[in-house]
Amino acid sequence: MAILSLAFKSLLNRRFTASLILLSIALSVSLLLGVERLRVESRNSFANTISGTDLVVGARSGAINLLLYSVFRIGDATNNISWSSYRSIADHPKVAWTIPLSLGDSHMGFRVLGTNRDYFLHYRYSSKRRLSFHAGGPFEQVYQTVLGYEAAKALNYRIGQRIVIAHGTGKTSFTLHEDKPFEVVGILNPTGTPVDRTVHVPLEGIEAIHQGWIAGRQLAGLQISAEQALERDLTPKALTAFLVGLKSKLATFQVQREINDYRKEPLLAILPGVALQQLWDLMSVAENALLVVTALVVTIGLVGMLTVMLAGLNERRREMAILRSVGARPRHILLLVTGESLLLSLVGIAIGLLLLYGGLLVAQPYVESHFGLYLPITLPAPREWFMLGLVGTSGLLIGLIPGYRAYRYSLADGMNIRI
Amino acid sequence: MPQTAAIQLSNLRFRWRQGLPEVLNISELEVARGERVFIRGASGSGKSTLLALLAGVNLPTNGEVNILGQAISQLNGSRRDHFRSDHIGFIFQLFNLIPYLSVLENVALPCRFSRSRRLNATRSGNTLHDEARRLLEHLGMADDDLIHRPVTELSVGQQQRVATARALIGAPEIIIADEPTSALDSDMRQLFIRLLFQECERTGSTLLFASHDKQLESLFERHITLEKINRIGQELG
Ligand SMILES: Nc1ncnc2c1ncn2[C@@H]1O[C@H](COP(=O)(O)OP(=O)(O)O)[C@@H](O)[C@H]1O
Ligand SMILES: [Mg+2]
Repeated sequence: MAILSLAFKSLLNRRFTASLILLSIALSVSLLLGVERLRVESRNSFANTISGTDLVVGARSGAINLLLYSVFRIGDATNNISWSSYRSIADHPKVAWTIPLSLGDSHMGFRVLGTNRDYFLHYRYSSKRRLSFHAGGPFEQVYQTVLGYEAAKALNYRIGQRIVIAHGTGKTSFTLHEDKPFEVVGILNPTGTPVDRTVHVPLEGIEAIHQGWIAGRQLAGLQISAEQALERDLTPKALTAFLVGLKSKLATFQVQREINDYRKEPLLAILPGVALQQLWDLMSVAENALLVVTALVVTIGLVGMLTVMLAGLNERRREMAILRSVGARPRHILLLVTGESLLLSLVGIAIGLLLLYGGLLVAQPYVESHFGLYLPITLPAPREWFMLGLVGTSGLLIGLIPGYRAYRYSLADGMNIRI
Repeated sequence: MPQTAAIQLSNLRFRWRQGLPEVLNISELEVARGERVFIRGASGSGKSTLLALLAGVNLPTNGEVNILGQAISQLNGSRRDHFRSDHIGFIFQLFNLIPYLSVLENVALPCRFSRSRRLNATRSGNTLHDEARRLLEHLGMADDDLIHRPVTELSVGQQQRVATARALIGAPEIIIADEPTSALDSDMRQLFIRLLFQECERTGSTLLFASHDKQLESLFERHITLEKINRIGQELG
């Protein structure tokens, strides 16, 4: 212990270089932990995008493709499902509820989702949390809309405002459904899921704005006003996808098989949890690459320490000789030099943790509001402790290199130093 | 009861490494307790080497070194280091101090490694730093301002006095000084040696003082010329 206090004082004496080493270790450690946190939390938040839904059903394509467009609103469906197929599955005795989804339009870059009020009743995310309203409530009439939190915030919309939906999903779509504006009646609380970026309208609203349109084009000379549209039958003819909740989870695979074998139309039913897992695994290469890069950054920090320690060693041979003359053993010399590296690594780790938590405190609201990712400020997880342990151990092992050299010097020099 | 000699060596031979020439070959040397011995020798004649052997930092290639009746080569490495910190105080020629320790910490340093010297130093009920202060005062370094200065800002003379206080703390039986005055001007030299003698007398320590400076020789009661006792030097000469 006496030797470690010497190591501490020796570092204090070289506080400029020592603090540079500390800085590089601390920064790399906080980067490592920060990346790990982001990775774990984005995985969690990803897995929490949708919950409580037993099956997602769409036209037959790939499972991941279906998940992407129905849950993440990324990409487009290759085919629609007919309303009659939807109805017959919705009326299946084992099905408790369904949420129809109709996609294809957008508003200022935000996807428009046609659905019904069951969405606000049955949709769950995270650990079975239901949607709640920041302001207003669900839509009740055809030309009403409920905005996700982020969409409302980004566009600075308030209850009562009227918005126009664009045809298609491009950010700057030129064909607007200008004649049929929607009134904002509700704004949802943030969820950290794609719901936040969604503009919700009734299925009938989607149907109404497309009256007089065929195959995505407005028929010339066929203008149907908002009021006229209401007179028509607004039952949708097709859907993009729908979510299914079952009365009993035990029936999941049976119902899935029945849907996949559905005669009248090629359909695909997927278990969202499984598909989410598959999707995440696709990204795990990038995830691991990121982790490897940060591990390399830590290594560079430690190698920097090694360089400085080795460079300073020759100048310290006299110091070692003095210590030997007052009774220090070669082992003490080893401990002194290695202890310095160990102290630097440990203090670097501690500062790195402080930086991490400081960074989390500062970034938390920003990351939540901009990326819908909630970063909890919690004690390090076992895996993070393991990483820190690894950094500390590496620091110790790396410190053994200059330590051993000093040990060799002190054996060879004894007390005779001719510098 | 006759006390054992402070230092007694016989048929000592030493080379630094296999393949290097022998540096020392001394058939007999004895120093009684309390003696003050001047060891003269030209630069490179092996003074420092001899002192390192006496301190047990290096072991003789042949022969035996007895310090205070203890055969040094019979101790293992860590025992030797212990033995040294318990019984021997060391003063180098230059740069004696650990740059990152304060003056008082430098003086108290041997007590970190030696329990017996720590006990000796604190016997009168003083703390280690009190004792360090007391020794510095005896060596004319009473000034509080000096004591609180970083050791790197002290003059060479002041540094050597701090080193002397460090060698003396805890009253080790043997003080070994390896050309401690060669960096001092001649007035400082006389003063330094007087103070060193005074303190060795007080604690009854044996003093071995290596130097190539003939002027100082007369101050000592016993002189050893290394070239005379070392057969290697004779052959070369
Ligand atoms: N650590 C060492 N390794 C190898 N040779 C050494 C070492 N220290 C001293 N020597 C050699 O031993 C001889 C005596 O040196 P030294 O004892 O330092 O002489 P002095 O102290 O009288 O000037 C010299 O030739 C020197 O080169
Ligand atoms: Mg010498």
